[in-house]
Amino acid sequence: MSHRPSSSEPAPQAGDPVGQAERRRPAKVTLLDRILGRVPAESDELEQFLETKTAEGIQEMAPRERSNRRELTVERGGSVLRLPEGIQLDSSDIDLEAPEDETMILNLGPSHPSTHGVLRVMVELDGETVLRAKPVIGYLHTGMEKTAEELMYHQGGTNVTRMDYLSPFFNELGFALSVEKLLGVEVPPRATWIRMLMCELNRISSHLLWLATNGSDIGAINMLIYGWRDREMVLAFFEKVTGLRMNHNYIRPGGVAADLPDGWRDDVLALCEAIPRRMDEYDRLLTGQPILQKRLQGVGPLEAATAIQLGVTGPLLRSTGVAWDLRRDMPYLAYEDVDFDVIVGTEGDCWDRYAIRFNEIRESVKIVRQIADMMPPGDFRTQDKKVTPPPRGRIDESMEALIHHFKLYTEGFRVPPGEAYVPVESPRGESGCYIVSDGTSRPYRMHMRAASFANLQALAPLSRGALVADAIAIVSTVDPILGDVDR
Amino acid sequence: MSEPRNTPDSTETEGTAGTEGTGVGSEIPVSLHGCPVDRRSTDRSWVVHCNRADYLELCTALKADGCAMPIGVTGVDYLTHPGRDLPEGISAERFEVVVELLSLRAHRRVRVRCQVPAGDPHVPTLFDLWPGTENHERETYDMFGIRFDDHPDPSRILMPEDWEGHPLRKDYDTGHVPVRFKEAAP
Repeated sequence: MSHRPSSSEPAPQAGDPVGQAERRRPAKVTLLDRILGRVPAESDELEQFLETKTAEGIQEMAPRERSNRRELTVERGGSVLRLPEGIQLDSSDIDLEAPEDETMILNLGPSHPSTHGVLRVMVELDGETVLRAKPVIGYLHTGMEKTAEELMYHQGGTNVTRMDYLSPFFNELGFALSVEKLLGVEVPPRATWIRMLMCELNRISSHLLWLATNGSDIGAINMLIYGWRDREMVLAFFEKVTGLRMNHNYIRPGGVAADLPDGWRDDVLALCEAIPRRMDEYDRLLTGQPILQKRLQGVGPLEAATAIQLGVTGPLLRSTGVAWDLRRDMPYLAYEDVDFDVIVGTEGDCWDRYAIRFNEIRESVKIVRQIADMMPPGDFRTQDKKVTPPPRGRIDESMEALIHHFKLYTEGFRVPPGEAYVPVESPRGESGCYIVSDGTSRPYRMHMRAASFANLQALAPLSRGALVADAIAIVSTVDPILGDVDR
Repeated sequence: MSEPRNTPDSTETEGTAGTEGTGVGSEIPVSLHGCPVDRRSTDRSWVVHCNRADYLELCTALKADGCAMPIGVTGVDYLTHPGRDLPEGISAERFEVVVELLSLRAHRRVRVRCQVPAGDPHVPTLFDLWPGTENHERETYDMFGIRFDDHPDPSRILMPEDWEGHPLRKDYDTGHVPVRFKEAAP
């Protein structure tokens, strides 16, 4: 931590009324001034500025006494800290009462490859042991929830798809399902199955990228290249279907934007052929490798009770042994009709999280194969005229169709007043969209329950007592996507 | 324009139960721990309304009922909303704190909608019940200026520390850029 507010005010110089007056003058320092460095350097004004601007103080680590008591309550669930050698570490072994001048506060990030974006983690270190960790976020905050209030429902997809940029389909799906719930629109079966197909492929691409970055974080650099390469195969299919590699705006309220292109089945089956074979290769490359095992096994264990209390979902929760997957436990789309396994861990350590994501790719391939066989024919979007524009051909023939099309795109469709929350199981956990409607064509309030945002809360208890190098492995296996965290 | 309300599980179906209290399905209670349950609740997702005075008590009771997982806490500013449908005994206030809870055992979601007055927007923190509400409450403070009493770290989380105002409030102006058409200049 760079600045600690100093309590000792420099004594006002007696007999220097000019200097004193200048100090007393309420400094009108804007944010821009601070960025450009136009703040007087010699005084504590910057400190005071930060202190007084907000009554709640600056974002920094709380005093040790206060934060210890509080943080220990967080760990009420009683997570067991384990050393890599398999020796259980009692949390009382960590010297929390170490004098402050023997510890060091270090900022990891905000701009570092291992933080997967712009995450800053403040860690207090005693030697190489992490005493406390605090994630500082907000570097990617762009006010997307405020933007959503300005966009009509048919435009909303372009906004939400940019939140968790590695799993755009899940953002779009949550948004679309939520709007459809308010509208009461029924989506044709083909649209539902197309959505499932895209989501499962997206889960594969997201986990592949995780495998790649996780490899680079803990020293298996070759995996970085392989993971990106294989993800690109999936993205090429996305591009063929939606026109874009990322940020597709493909799943829209009422269905999907376009039908699958000709030959989609061959492409999908080719992916289903290639990916499992690659996974077997990576299994040989990584799983049996003693260095990787040492880096992951027993590192950052999480107890089930702690995970539940922290609201942690997704692979992070399943690694603790809680078999909770929304696709199975609270099914949406048509997940009841496909057969798949929910992968569960036992120890809740980094190794389990690695194994779960690894095997979830295989499960998703299994689901994709079934979808390719069971894809029903029919419409790819609802024929409800309220939501869906008339087909292009009709616009040339019919004045009403032209007016209808024009009104739909200038005024949008109105959604009945009410509120709805629909969650989906994204690669990172429960991602849900809460929409409050006031009966107009724009959401009155749109909130995304971001899985990464909640999962990040597990970072502090997980890295407590770990080594700095292990903290990197922990950040990596928590897998926060900062676009999703900051929105 | 066709009638859109045709899904059986639509939460918006009105008139299924003319008499208030019987609810849509037999499973859904009329009230939970003295707080009224929204009539549009579904079997898997209940919506409970409460006033600020009952908030902590209701959440404590819900935790005892098995809502072990905090999914999220967020806020809504109803300043310019034309009017909400609230059950009797709940007086509409400007802010609402919305808490989404999940019972893993019962496979059920419970959403608590707590009314928070505009004059002094604060509610008790749920940190001591579920430590996982920490980030969400900080975000709600940051975006709406609703304070959470006794929160261990009541600072901004997404906006810069020196930011003025709370962006998701409805009276927070976003500003705009006028659209200039060609040849519109004098």
